[in-house]
This record gives sequence, C-alpha cells and structure tokens, in this order.
Amino acid sequence: MPTIDVNIERCKGCERCIDACPQEILGMSQKLNNKGYKFAVMVDEPRCIGCSQCAIACPDVAIEVYVEGAHYQFFQY
Amino acid sequence: MKKIFASTKGLTDRPTHYCPGCTHGVIHRMVGESIEELGLRERTVGIAPVGCAVLAYEYFNCDMFEASHGRAPAVATGAKRSRPDLILFTYQGDGDLASIGMGEIIHAANRGEKITVIFVNNAVYGMTGGQMAPTTMPGQYTTTSPFGRDTAEVGYPVRMTEVITQLTTPAFVARVSTHTTREIVRAKAVIKEAFRYQAEGRCFTFVEVLSTCPTNWGLSPREAVKWVEKEMVPYYPLGITKRPEDFTEEWKDGGH
Repeated sequence: MPTIDVNIERCKGCERCIDACPQEILGMSQKLNNKGYKFAVMVDEPRCIGCSQCAIACPDVAIEVYVEGAHYQFFQY
Repeated sequence: MKKIFASTKGLTDRPTHYCPGCTHGVIHRMVGESIEELGLRERTVGIAPVGCAVLAYEYFNCDMFEASHGRAPAVATGAKRSRPDLILFTYQGDGDLASIGMGEIIHAANRGEKITVIFVNNAVYGMTGGQMAPTTMPGQYTTTSPFGRDTAEVGYPVRMTEVITQLTTPAFVARVSTHTTREIVRAKAVIKEAFRYQAEGRCFTFVEVLSTCPTNWGLSPREAVKWVEKEMVPYYPLGITKRPEDFTEEWKDGGH
C-alpha cells in the first residue's frame, strides 16, 4: 500500500501538498512543530495512490513517498 | 517498501530559510535533481546571487561561489573560460538579474557563454522588504509603490525571456512556472534539458521560472499560487521560445 512520510521538522505548513493531492486526503495537524508551524498529516491513509504529487509540490523536500509491490507511474518526473 | 520519491543528493540536508510557500525550495530541488541525474554534480559550480537565494551555497551539494549583486554571469564567464570542463550555473532573482545585473546577462547571452542561467521571477524584491522590481506587475502594491505600479511613471514590466530570445546567439531560452504540480514537472524537464545542452558544450541556456513570494505579496501561500496563475502567467507566457536549430524530438525529456 502506498504511503508518505512527512518530515515534521522540515514542514513549514504552506498547505501546497493539500492542493496538490488528487485524492484530497492530506490535512493540517492541530499540533505545532518546533518552529511553530502546523504540519501536514495524512488523514485517510488507505486511499493514498502513491502519485507523489504532494512531494513534487513541496517546497521544503519534507515528503518521502513509499510504495509496495508493482506500481503504475502516472507521469515521468 | 520501495522509496520512489526522496530528497536528492544534489541538495544538502539543511532546512531552507525561505518563507512558507516560497517556491525557491522547489527550484533548488529541480536544479539539484537535474545535475545529479545527469551525473554532473562532481564538476558543477553554482554561482549564488544577492537576494533571497544569497544563502544558496548552504543548500546545493556542489561547489558554490557568491558573486556581487548582479554579477553572477560575469563570474560564471570567467570560471567557464578558464575551466571549460566545469558545468556552470547561475541562480538569480529578478532584482539581481533584471535590474542591477541587466548589463552582465545581456552580454553573457550575446557572447554565447556555455553557462546555464536560472532566473527566478517573483515580481518583487524579496530579501530587502518587498520593493518594486522591474518585473512587478502593473497595479501591484509594493512598499515603494503603495498605490500600485503606475505604468505611466515607471513603465511596464520587463519580459526577460523575450529580451534574451531576440538575441541571435543564445539557443535555448524558456519560461516555466511552479504554480501547479503539472507545471513543476514540465519545469524540471526544461531545466534538465538546459543542463544537458551545456554538458554537450552546445549553447547559452536561459530558464526563467515564475515563483511566488507570499510574504511580500501579502497573500497566503495558496492565494499566492492562484495570483501567479491569474496575473503573471497571462503577462509572462510559458513555453520554450527558442531551441537549438538541430533540435530533434529524442532530446526532449518529457514536458513541453
């Protein structure tokens, strides 16, 4: 199952990943990180399709994308 | 679990100092990925500008040099002429390249230096506090144009890509954007193509990237992205305006 790993301390809470996600399964946390920003969290993990659009849109390289088994690449990056 | 997207070796691990929503981070990552994927990182020298990206030498995992304000193409010219085996890129903002460094960029382009220029256009002077830049949009509020840019007084914004395009010598000139994921994917392909031309010793390459500056525009990061799409893209049309004459489709790396 595809999933993402958000590096909490790198995230600055710009919410660009939320707009980028085609499944609309990302949201902002209620907690703050050490810099004082709300960080991105995945609210509905089973629906992630591993398209890595959130990671491409992230200006702070805070998101890593993992997939398991065969995975269809939607586009070449 | 297979990792399909992670940070690149072209960047260091240091978190950037840019404001939330600033797309400098995306452009840094695209440049780092391009030089790493083309296998050029060990012989790449980047020239940092003066502006928000003044600390770019902290973030790129290659040799970096800090030039005086606007003089990055001149420094890159010297380095490239003395060591033609090196890959040179300059990373400049609009206050750096389109204002004080106008003379350097025009003549570096006209001489056809084999360097790559990444021009980050965010329509404002970011580091110094949001003053009006040559690329500020008509009617845009900045700290030095509190009633909006008056075109009768200071003229219209400079379209640097078109200025470089009308010169005969430079062969690869493009304008890309970062306001959607789709445009970022295209921009990455264009930047990679530019570095490939330089690695082949082919031509001067110039890539303008439309960027956001949420802090100085007074918008949230999400509104800033929409502002780029609504205001900047109609005035600064995207696309590759010039390519080498012997271009063939197989050189193309996706995108446009």
